[in-house]
Amino acid sequence: MNYFPDEVLEHVFDSIASHKDRNSVSLVCKSWYRIERYSRRRVFIGNCYSISPERLIARFPGLKSLTLKGKPHFADFNLVPYDWGGFVYPWIKALAESGIGLEELRLKRMVVSDESLELLSKSFANFKSLVLVSCEGFSADGLAAVAANCRFLRELDLQENEVDDHRGHWLSCFPESCTSLVSLNFACLKGEVNLGALERLVSRSPNLKSLRLNRLVPLDTLQKLLMRAPQLVDLGIGSYVHDPSSEASNKLKHAIQRCKSIVSLSGFLEVAPRCMSAIYPICGNLTTLNLSYAPGLHGNKLTKLIQHCRKLQRLWILDRIGDKGLGVVASTCKELQELRVFPSDPFGAGNDAVTEEGLVLVSAGCPKLNSLLYFCQQMTNAALITVARNCPNFIRFRLCILDPVKPDPVTNQPLDEGFGAIVQSCKRLKRLSLSGLLTDQVFLYIGMYAEQLEMLSIAFAADSDKGMLYVLNGCKKLRKLEIRDCPFGNSALLEDVGKYETMRSLWMSSCEVTLGGCKTVAEKMPSLNVEIINESDQTEFNLDEGQKVDKMYLYRTLVGHRKDAPESVWIL
Amino acid sequence: MEGGLVLLGGGSSGVSTNESAVLSKVEVVSEAESELELGLGLSLGGGGGGATGKTKAANSSWGECGRILTAKDFPSVVSQRSNNGGPFSGTKRAAESVSHESGSPSGASQVVGWPPIRSYRMNSLVNQAKAQRGDEGDSGVVEKDKPKDALKKKLNSNGKQTTVNEKGHLGFVKVNIDGIPIGRKVDLNAHSSYESLAQALEDMFLRSANSLEKEPLALSKLLDGSSEFVLTYEDKEGDWMLVGDVPWRMFVSSVRRLRIMRTSEANGLAPRFNESNERQKSKPI
Repeated sequence: MNYFPDEVLEHVFDSIASHKDRNSVSLVCKSWYRIERYSRRRVFIGNCYSISPERLIARFPGLKSLTLKGKPHFADFNLVPYDWGGFVYPWIKALAESGIGLEELRLKRMVVSDESLELLSKSFANFKSLVLVSCEGFSADGLAAVAANCRFLRELDLQENEVDDHRGHWLSCFPESCTSLVSLNFACLKGEVNLGALERLVSRSPNLKSLRLNRLVPLDTLQKLLMRAPQLVDLGIGSYVHDPSSEASNKLKHAIQRCKSIVSLSGFLEVAPRCMSAIYPICGNLTTLNLSYAPGLHGNKLTKLIQHCRKLQRLWILDRIGDKGLGVVASTCKELQELRVFPSDPFGAGNDAVTEEGLVLVSAGCPKLNSLLYFCQQMTNAALITVARNCPNFIRFRLCILDPVKPDPVTNQPLDEGFGAIVQSCKRLKRLSLSGLLTDQVFLYIGMYAEQLEMLSIAFAADSDKGMLYVLNGCKKLRKLEIRDCPFGNSALLEDVGKYETMRSLWMSSCEVTLGGCKTVAEKMPSLNVEIINESDQTEFNLDEGQKVDKMYLYRTLVGHRKDAPESVWIL
Repeated sequence: MEGGLVLLGGGSSGVSTNESAVLSKVEVVSEAESELELGLGLSLGGGGGGATGKTKAANSSWGECGRILTAKDFPSVVSQRSNNGGPFSGTKRAAESVSHESGSPSGASQVVGWPPIRSYRMNSLVNQAKAQRGDEGDSGVVEKDKPKDALKKKLNSNGKQTTVNEKGHLGFVKVNIDGIPIGRKVDLNAHSSYESLAQALEDMFLRSANSLEKEPLALSKLLDGSSEFVLTYEDKEGDWMLVGDVPWRMFVSSVRRLRIMRTSEANGLAPRFNESNERQKSKPI
């Protein structure tokens, strides 16, 4: 098989970026495996408990970039105990001790302590990039260590993290010698930063392309920052309240106009709608717009803003935009690929909210749409069928009807046919989230048509085990299945336990599976960790095999039971 | 075993007893105020196995709990907690019947972890709503009546949505304790008094202390200054204050997050602290 010297193969492999492809390459033969592993620089680990840091290091000694995900997805919605796990410290410690030259660490849903951040900052001389998404456990002290010690830091990107202490001193810890920043995102921090330090930092960062500020950066600072960084490509505005007729507003408008490279805009955590006209000059260049944290923007001011954004490819918005507003999106944003509509009032009346009408309008006007997250008050089969016809290119389709078991309000039927149309039409669908009234039928459709489906989220659906069986039997590429409040029991769970080894994980909560069923899976499949999560106060788990299990999370692993589970988690 | 401390992990059975559960079923009878405040519970009689046996003990422990530092004016509140058996544990049928009973989207709003919105985003929504309300005028006192009216309206109008609960269903704030890196969350809407909140926090951290290697935390009497810990909060202006100084509703509308601090570190916290410290000394036991 080896007609070329190793270096040539390495060079060829270098051009293979996708993790999946590199994984495939490594399986061709022993020498390809060897060459691939020494030349691998980036590794993605979707479940931090599927492998150990030691084995990672042993296989990829040239590792430079690591992506780790910890808690199951439903942890985002408070369905997982706070101490479940997902600690990054052991990874950082092992990497530090191994001599690996780590340059980039990207974490999602992990517990990151200040201690970990400090160790990270001191152990890797060439560390360049830290991205934390939906993590928790650290404070501003940890950030200070990163700022102070990572001499060549390029990227510090904090997205939607629960930070314990928001004091702002960390920003002042960037030394004068740090001039390498390319991306700085602290929008999720709630504390004040030293504004002078921020201005100086931006001034000495000629490569800064992405800057996302938090709510406490005032307007005049924003203006100064923009004057110093007209090369920005991505801007997150914190506070945006000013009097349009004032001097400050004019200065700001001028500063914004100089930023001709901005293609991505977000934030507006605090906003006065009448000031948005200052933004219009750059709207024509925007490809990404995230207004999902700006409840202050709605009505005419919002739609007027959108009318200026003809090049938009990605739009994240609150449902305050309403169906009419989505109509404006449909007629303006012909390049739109991704739309996310979040609820501004998750438990409320939803007068502003969106319905199936808005979605239909967007599908008609934006044929390139391939990714959707849509929270709405209601949905109809007819609408979904129309959407499926208009947009056959969906890769991600996530629909959340706020009332979880609501039928089609026009026909009073379940939404089986509508979702069925989606999976039948969208042959490239990889991710699907269902809601509304659903029977086993929709799962028959999913099993039949959703051949590329990798991730499926189900809630309050189905009538029997058949639903789950259709999916497990039909979706050959399924990797992640998460189910809550469905009548799926042991016979579905146990039908084909070997299937779970081909998947990353399975989550089932408030279903009909029993302790006995879970134990059977664990016995038959030693390569799976089967975790029972108990929310109750009992320190002992009820040992009755017929007892229904609150929450079960199982995942494939090469390293057996984890040692860091809390008392509320029982690994069978 | 915990009596049913509704939201804060106290349920013995059923699914939705995570401390961050949205379900709220506190029935509060206030002796001093003689007001019946109904929580937005689904089955107000107690979901499944309501273990209210703790109530007695709870009463007496409150009696001993002592007062909050400046709490002369606060009525002592007797709280009956109904254990949330979780009508949502199980099948869609349960969910359907619940939706049917309540008739309005408020039924849907009672489900744990639904709608599936990342908790960071949920908290932001609530905080932004709070900030807006605060900016609209210092209505700490005026607000007092609004939430109750809104609640009543909601309960009275089956199938019809009237006003949204002013407090917002999600009154979760983060609470950290010195010495433990991972914070918890507590739903302020589940409480109507400082005593109730303090009790909940004691339960939360005392219970978890068993699973940690740290020494047991002496949290009893958190509010009256006699323990080694003191309860503080960050208000919406970013200042750290001692909990208990202002009327409960004002506190709820301005609190951003909580911190249980070692008393030794809490000096100079806010001018009020020293003032109330002195007051405490002269308070009869």
